[in-house]
Amino acid sequence: MNNILNFYPAVITTDVAENWQIGFQDPATPIMEGIINLHYDLMFFICVISVFVSWMLGRTLWHFEQNQNKIPSSLTHGTLIEMIWTVTPAFILLIIAVPSFSLLYAMDEIISPAITIKTLGHQWYWSYEYSDYLNEDDDSINYDSYMIPEEDLEIGQFRLLEVDNRMVIPINTHIRVIVTAADVLHSWAVPSFRSKCDAIPGRLNQTSLFIKREGVYYGQCSEICGINHGFMPIVVEATSLPNYVSWISNKLNE
Amino acid sequence: MSEVTIQVRTAPRDRRFPTTNQTKHCWARYLEFHACSKVKGDDDPECEKFKRWYLSLCPEEWVENWDTLKEEGRFPGPE
Repeated sequence: MNNILNFYPAVITTDVAENWQIGFQDPATPIMEGIINLHYDLMFFICVISVFVSWMLGRTLWHFEQNQNKIPSSLTHGTLIEMIWTVTPAFILLIIAVPSFSLLYAMDEIISPAITIKTLGHQWYWSYEYSDYLNEDDDSINYDSYMIPEEDLEIGQFRLLEVDNRMVIPINTHIRVIVTAADVLHSWAVPSFRSKCDAIPGRLNQTSLFIKREGVYYGQCSEICGINHGFMPIVVEATSLPNYVSWISNKLNE
Repeated sequence: MSEVTIQVRTAPRDRRFPTTNQTKHCWARYLEFHACSKVKGDDDPECEKFKRWYLSLCPEEWVENWDTLKEEGRFPGPE
């Protein structure tokens, strides 16, 4: 029995990119759930349209090839058919636009946040600042997050994805993430959150997070930023609010 | 080592800055704090609020830079 159990990895995670992955990572925010649902809704329309168009095209080629039709049709236009093939696609686009726009505006909505976390892109690491809280010496929390090199990885850790200091955030809390860069363009991205926010020197970009479940989420820098662009991953640890608060107070006392 | 009480709170949403770009939000809060402290003093609770907010929004490097510029009399904003 023990041997069978050993087949399974100690940690099963779906919040990380897999080899040969073609689907989405599991969603952790309501927005990512919305994006996945919209994707499947659109796939329905895409399938219907592709099948219909391929069928029409195939049928035309089959029935109206040279040998079967010695005399080509002289039909050049027909008002009714033109009306139909203009109005129908327009109508389909309108139907698609409704959920698409409502999702788009939901993504931009900033609900009054409880926490602000600043994330700064550097060549080539991320650093995080938690400045909502100050200790007695008026110091806030800030630290750098470097990738763990391949030779230092422990069993079960992900190559090119693991970092030494993770970003820690609470679940079920509205979080404002301020993204900026200290040197060149970077982009802070975590697929499970649908987060992808450009980090631009001299500009503060805001994105919001609302995490629905605890977990460890992996992402990567998504704007080519130099030679080590591929070696500055992002790891976010989402935990309960009480755990987060005790983590903050431990950090402040350090 | 003493216990620090943590209050989960941050700079509120500001209707003047509804967009993704929050650069001016940080800048405005920094200026508001200094305008306030000029009138009421650094330790006034009203002004402290602005300080907490600009610290939440602005990267530390920026704040340090602006503080230095202020000390040297080279600050580009209103004094």
